[in-house]
Amino acid sequence: MRTVLPSIAVGALLVAAWWVVVIATGSVIFPTPWQVVTGLWQLNLDGSLWADIGASLFRVASGFLLAVAVAIPLGLWMGWVRGAYVTLNPIFQMLRPISPIAWIPIAILWFGVGNLSPIYLIFISSVFPMIVQTTAGVHAIERRYLRAAANFGVSRSTLFRQVVIPAVLPQVLVGMRIGLGVAWLVVVAAEMIALHSGLGYLIIDSRNAGNRYDLVIAGMIVIGLIGLMLDGAMRLLEAHRLVRWRYAA
Amino acid sequence: MPPKIIVEDISKSYPVDGGTLAVVERVSFQVADGELVALIGPSGCGKSTLMSIIAGFDRPDAGSVTTDGERRTAPSPKGILISQQGSVFPWLTVQENLMFGLNGRSADERLALADHYAAMVGLKGFEASYPRELSGGMLKRAELARALAVKPEILFMDEPFSALDALMNLRMRHELLRVLAEERHTVLLITHDVEEAVHLADRILVLSERPARIRATFEVPMPQPRRLSSPQVQELRVAILRELGLEAD
Repeated sequence: MRTVLPSIAVGALLVAAWWVVVIATGSVIFPTPWQVVTGLWQLNLDGSLWADIGASLFRVASGFLLAVAVAIPLGLWMGWVRGAYVTLNPIFQMLRPISPIAWIPIAILWFGVGNLSPIYLIFISSVFPMIVQTTAGVHAIERRYLRAAANFGVSRSTLFRQVVIPAVLPQVLVGMRIGLGVAWLVVVAAEMIALHSGLGYLIIDSRNAGNRYDLVIAGMIVIGLIGLMLDGAMRLLEAHRLVRWRYAA
Repeated sequence: MPPKIIVEDISKSYPVDGGTLAVVERVSFQVADGELVALIGPSGCGKSTLMSIIAGFDRPDAGSVTTDGERRTAPSPKGILISQQGSVFPWLTVQENLMFGLNGRSADERLALADHYAAMVGLKGFEASYPRELSGGMLKRAELARALAVKPEILFMDEPFSALDALMNLRMRHELLRVLAEERHTVLLITHDVEEAVHLADRILVLSERPARIRATFEVPMPQPRRLSSPQVQELRVAILRELGLEAD
């Protein structure tokens, strides 16, 4: 409790300052905190808030899970087989710094303006960090453990199930946390283009349909809160007994 | 009976800037079945490289290693290496670690073997613990039990107890002697601790500074249990220290 108190105090101070500035400048467009709260309430009542949250979460979940399904096997393979690493790593390193936003035109060209475009963008944005972390995780397995496995002459499946995968899991989780964070950033941007649902759409539509900046800010706050919850959920996974060996002293 | 281990004329060098660094030079010796031979030498003399080669993890530049009449070119469960840093898998419980090398047996059999060896080294009641919950001495016990569980004919021990404090080191030596009295393994022990060698070994080979060569051989005729304070033990200790270039008082 003592650790969150200062954050709450500073947050309250910021909201108060915002309120004072809006009133002092007599702005007719920029809303007061209270207007944001009532705007949010209104979105809740007409149900559009929950529909938009659902739409965004669905896209993130689809793209992200697809990326997990591709990145983990690929990362393990690249980490284990040197030839695969040497061949594919330069390509991924070049693709990785391209902002997912830059893919938007191509996504629309390939997948149209339905759900597939944002799902593809989320996939593209989260797959690379997860590949990189998984590969790095395999490379970081300490030699003494691999030697022990070789010494006991275990089968390849035991080697993977009991040594490689558990050893890499903590790094995979780090990759997933980064990937999910990026995915949540990207879905909002993707929904601002040519879509008619989702939190990104809520924001851009509120501006376009009559400068409803109270709803713009309400949308932003909801995005922040959900992002915080997603990150918190990933952190909970890091406390799982299967990966705790990595974090325990 | 033919010797259990025959090390024949082994040499090994590594490339360094502008030349090669000879690490092991023409080392030959034999270990009889059930014998405990200690290799003792100064730090960095190439002991670990020699052990790595004998255990099958490294290839010598010249010479050969034969165990039970077979040329050894790869690690195998016949001879398990126990190293200074240890290689108990931190992501598996004690019991899972002990069962690790036991593939090809029924689940009941594996459990029974794991329980038997956990009890033998005094880890009864800790089967469900993770390595992070164990002390340094208990980790060593787990490592020893995991090795014993696969019923290896040879134990390769590379400074197994040197990371422990003096008291725990002594306790683990007693523990090892007790286990070896129950199951007679052939043991090749590497150490830089003269007292440890004199305490445990049937025969002691003194290695030179790098590149490692065998300087001298000492038979240790005293029966177990040995009293470390006895005059014969002290005499032998002084003789070995002198061979290592240390004039003891």
